Amino acid sequence: MCLAVLGKVIEKADDVEGVVDLNGNRVPTNLALVPEAALGDYVLLHAGFAIRVVPEDEALETLRLLEQLGTAP
Amino acid sequence: MPVPKPLEPLVREAADLAVALDRDRIAVMEVCGTHTVAAFRTGLRDLLPPTVRLISGPGCPVCVTAQGYIDAAIALAARPDIVIATFGDMLRVPGTQSSLERERANGADVRVVYSQTQALDLAKAMPDRQVVFLGVGFETTTPGTAWAVAKAAEEGVGNVTVLSAHKVIIPAMQALLAGGEVGIDGFLCPGHVSVIIGSDRYRPLVDAFGAPCVVAGFDGYQMLAGMTAILRALAGRGDKLGNVYTGAVTPEGNPAALAVTERVFEPADAPWRGMGVIPGSGLRMRDDYAALDAEKRFEIDMPDAPEPAGCRCGDVIKGLLDPPACALFADVCTPATPVGPCMVSREGSCNAWYRHRPS
Repeated sequence: MCLAVLGKVIEKADDVEGVVDLNGNRVPTNLALVPEAALGDYVLLHAGFAIRVVPEDEALETLRLLEQLGTAP
Repeated sequence: MPVPKPLEPLVREAADLAVALDRDRIAVMEVCGTHTVAAFRTGLRDLLPPTVRLISGPGCPVCVTAQGYIDAAIALAARPDIVIATFGDMLRVPGTQSSLERERANGADVRVVYSQTQALDLAKAMPDRQVVFLGVGFETTTPGTAWAVAKAAEEGVGNVTVLSAHKVIIPAMQALLAGGEVGIDGFLCPGHVSVIIGSDRYRPLVDAFGAPCVVAGFDGYQMLAGMTAILRALAGRGDKLGNVYTGAVTPEGNPAALAVTERVFEPADAPWRGMGVIPGSGLRMRDDYAALDAEKRFEIDMPDAPEPAGCRCGDVIKGLLDPPACALFADVCTPATPVGPCMVSREGSCNAWYRHRPS
């Protein structure tokens, strides 16, 4: 159950309640495990929690590779 | 199958390294259900040199959950006062007599949730029912459970508990290396577990056993890069402790996630299907959170239960056997009619092999 997906923080109400854009879907996300996450950051989501802020260049590279290789985790 | 352009340099390097190593068999084990599936999706095995094998180990949390826990969850589900909240994969796992799905068909209140926070919300919405969350998962999932438990305690939510089958992966990796049953030359380490625990956590394994441990993510490039780094290390041309998933994994891990986990849970000995009890491999709730521990509230007994007749999940989980070698595979045991958990779970070895078998 390591499944986690990349999304972009589009709303941050407080240290806990946030919304992440996942491929165009608004997904309510708990940000408590990534207190440093800011609006516009890319995060890895797992079971409704953001578990890591991913640097933008790495996130974009991963998304590009996924498109190129035609596979997704 | 043509090699995707971005992967060509790695394919070449892996091939050269395998030649340089000059061994009949180099076996790398992955211990993450998402790697199990990704290996098929990315066609990884077709890109590896012929002497390099990727074996699937105990990486599927549902698959390694002991039969006794499954039966206990099913027994709880059958109680009219209880609402079970669970991740979806648990629904169809066969217990000794029944399954959560069957209980649900018989009127039990079993809800599939995608997050532990949903279980907490359910409890708040139904103050006259007891919500029991089935805490199954490795280190990626545990912090979410810990956070929800801490929150419930803080808010005084009195009708939610967790039945924990949470586990930590490194003791199992150690048991596999120490057991020597399966020859393991290196580990492809789980990407998102490592986001939480940090890549440094594998250092003791490397030091004790000399086996390369490299953290990798889940796309084709990541997995091939991880395998190549392991080959490099075996050939003495790279570090044995490695991480190719540097965008997401740091040496120390996620401090907030580790802290909340540590606050709520403590290590315990835990039974792994097919592997027996592995010391310190499980997580139980600390006494401070006893009020949220389903095992204590409902005085649960989880006796050992035998595996279904003919089921080889235990051996598949240890990497002793590829699924097609099980007599029941694709015959009596299919995703529609599973005998054991490895065929039920989307991240189980048997399920992955079945869905990608040559037609």
